[in-house]
Amino acid sequence: MTGLTQQLIDLFAALLLLLAFAMLAQRRILSLIHLYTLQGAVLVAAAAVMGYATRQPHLYVSAGVTLALKVFLIPSLLHRVINRLNVRWDLEMLINVPTTLIAGIVLVIFAFYLAAPIAGLAASIARGTLGIALACILLSFMMMITRSKAVPQVIGFLAMENGLFFAATAATYGMPMVVELGIALDVLVGILILGVFMFQIREQFDSLDIRHLEKLKDD
Amino acid sequence: MSSAPQLVAVLALCAIWLAIGVAGLAALHRFHLVARVLFPAGGAVALAIVAAALPSVWGAPQSVVLPLGLPGLPFHFRLDGLSALFLLVLGGTSAGVSLFSAGYFRQSEGTAPGLLCLQYHVFLAAMALVLLADDAYAFMVMWETMALASFFLVISNHRIAEIRRAGYLYLLIAHIGALGILLCFGVLQANTGDYSFANMRAQHLSPFWASAAFLLALAGFGAKAGLVPLHVWLPEAHPAAPSPVSALMSGVMLKTAVYGFLRVAYDLLPVQFWWWGVLVLALGLASAVFGVVFAAVQSDMKRLLAWSSIENIGLIFAGIGLSILFAAYKMPAVAALALTAALYHVASHAFFKSLLFVATGAVLHATSQRSLGKLGGLLRVMPWVGWASLLGVLASAGLPPLGGFVSEWLLLQSFLFTPGLPNSFLNMLVPAVAAVIALVAALAGYTMVKFYGVIFLGQHREEKLAAARDAGSWERLGMAWLVAGCVVLGLFPAQFLDILAPVTQLLVGASLADASGGSNWLLVPVSVERASYGPLFFFAGVAASFGLAYFLVRRLYHGRLRRAAPWDCGFPWLTARMQDSAEGFGQPVRQIFEPLYRMRRELPTAFDARPRYAVEVGDHFWHWLYLPLARLVESAARAIGALQQGRIAIYLLYSFATLMALLLWVTR
Repeated sequence: MTGLTQQLIDLFAALLLLLAFAMLAQRRILSLIHLYTLQGAVLVAAAAVMGYATRQPHLYVSAGVTLALKVFLIPSLLHRVINRLNVRWDLEMLINVPTTLIAGIVLVIFAFYLAAPIAGLAASIARGTLGIALACILLSFMMMITRSKAVPQVIGFLAMENGLFFAATAATYGMPMVVELGIALDVLVGILILGVFMFQIREQFDSLDIRHLEKLKDD
Repeated sequence: MSSAPQLVAVLALCAIWLAIGVAGLAALHRFHLVARVLFPAGGAVALAIVAAALPSVWGAPQSVVLPLGLPGLPFHFRLDGLSALFLLVLGGTSAGVSLFSAGYFRQSEGTAPGLLCLQYHVFLAAMALVLLADDAYAFMVMWETMALASFFLVISNHRIAEIRRAGYLYLLIAHIGALGILLCFGVLQANTGDYSFANMRAQHLSPFWASAAFLLALAGFGAKAGLVPLHVWLPEAHPAAPSPVSALMSGVMLKTAVYGFLRVAYDLLPVQFWWWGVLVLALGLASAVFGVVFAAVQSDMKRLLAWSSIENIGLIFAGIGLSILFAAYKMPAVAALALTAALYHVASHAFFKSLLFVATGAVLHATSQRSLGKLGGLLRVMPWVGWASLLGVLASAGLPPLGGFVSEWLLLQSFLFTPGLPNSFLNMLVPAVAAVIALVAALAGYTMVKFYGVIFLGQHREEKLAAARDAGSWERLGMAWLVAGCVVLGLFPAQFLDILAPVTQLLVGASLADASGGSNWLLVPVSVERASYGPLFFFAGVAASFGLAYFLVRRLYHGRLRRAAPWDCGFPWLTARMQDSAEGFGQPVRQIFEPLYRMRRELPTAFDARPRYAVEVGDHFWHWLYLPLARLVESAARAIGALQQGRIAIYLLYSFATLMALLLWVTR
């Protein structure tokens, strides 16, 4: 039983990492949203399995919240945004894809190096996956850096939050319920604000390219 | 609650002050209600505070906890002798100033009258609560309220750019000071997490941390009091504020800084070190000399008074420094003498400086002139203001039988005891310091002669001055109250020392009452053989000789009154501009102390068709300390501004790099 859950959790962790790399390499916004949805689904599954394995009912609750928020609500919001803004394509990246992927590999190694001493201290069954969670966070961060359009950056931000959630689940069976709900609400409010921003940027510059924002700097 | 009747009474009176302020807000533009009802009511509350605080000078400390403020962090209040003494000064001074304000504020000057009333009474209540606070939290809240209320009062004429600039400078230095005080409290609580003063008293700090707390307190309270080099806001803010506000700021608010300093140095810190005393003494003396030398060359009457406030604060701090020095060497009797001198000066300066500031307000309203070069001869058209200012000027110059003399005399007396110090180096140095005090007193007299002579004596320098009107009845009442304060402090020092005795007993464990041998009419600091001063006898002597001279002249000599034009040396066109001017009167001092000023002179040549003479006296501290500092901050800000690229990717990269560095650092 524990052997199987252990295997499942490792599998989901591996999937998360794979999805993070896929997002890093993906150029199309629509596919990016699909990948994000998929990542949310994997996260839900991982949380549910972990809740089942450790008999912690509150993990089911956070899995439920994640399902509602990250699999249904936020992706649908993102779909609406890109339909309204009519930006389904993202052709530009600041750094080309192979270089990004190599840098991503370096980041993963770094994350595992960082996680090794911390994982030794943790007592949870998923402690081996802490390195993966950290790698997901860093990869999402890098995705934010390497994109030049507003929508992919927002998705990078959201993916980073996914990584954080997974890290919390892996290390300590999730954060306290209050904190988790608070973060969920923050993400929701954050995406609303960013949505408004995207419309504003678009209205101002006729494009979602955030390089236009450089003009705002005063000399 | 009933165990602290006076404290509860004072707190209730502060609440009434706040209520009066709020009532002013409700009657925002109803000028007569605000001026004729609310301000006098505030004055009555001030008197009630005096009555409530007076018994607790001798009583045991009372304390009370009010469940205000943040949850789980109530305000502690405590009323002991030191607080009560400063409350007396606050109440006594502000009663007069409030009465004066009732007649002073005009309808269409800057802030609406109701708003002014709110700021004024919040200012008063915050000062009273600063004196009562018994934990760092309440103290800082009240301290900041006081600073902000006074800031808004200073910029009540905010349409003038110069006034806004003065207000900004004031706010800036007030916050630097508040930072020092906050850090000082942080050191004093010694990592216990309990910020009540009771806990701070119980801590035994190591000498290093005690000194750190002391230095922070000196910087923080020194900034508020106007000690050199943090004095620059004073000559800017005082002229900018409306006169009653300058009176309160100079007379009372500077004293709350003295109070806070005494509270930390004597009450909250368990020990005193001798070098603290030397440091405070040196800073006090530097402020006194610097202040008086600059006061002597000013040609704006309120700026002159502001510099003179710096001088007086310097004298007060010199007295405190001396008392710390003596207390550190376990000489409580002499420490009590020096402290008594300082506290006495606190009271007398509060009265005479408030009086002089409100008098300048009356002159300003009557003539709309602040520059000394355009005043003159006002005694004839404004006799009330003129005679009241004369008494204030005499007190300020430290002449007997008024209040200023007693404190300066006590201070000089305490310097005469320095040969008893066990440190030979100090033994040699401190008598020289006494000479400096004498110099300051003499220059203060010089300054006051200039102030009074140029404004009130001689001929009108402008035509329109002849039409100036004397102060109204409310203003006269306020000035009369302040004059009475100066006179009482001068004539009945022994009685006032009875009030000071329990305070010095509390702080240094001794008082002058032990030594004075019980005479009620003679002021004896240590023993009759050494020195004594009987102000009533002195006053009787002055009055008798004056009366005798008057009688002799009027009765036995010719007794006729003869008016004639003054001798004009044969020059036919004598004009008012030929009188000694403010600049001319200050010229010798400007010559002697030239290195202290940063002067810019504009001298006309012999061939100028329109000769013009201009002199600008600047402050070295401004150019040597503040401007370089400002430039440093500016260039640092520019260097940091280079980080601002404008590209989001770069900003994210900063965060990313920081995150990586921190992660590496924690797992190292």
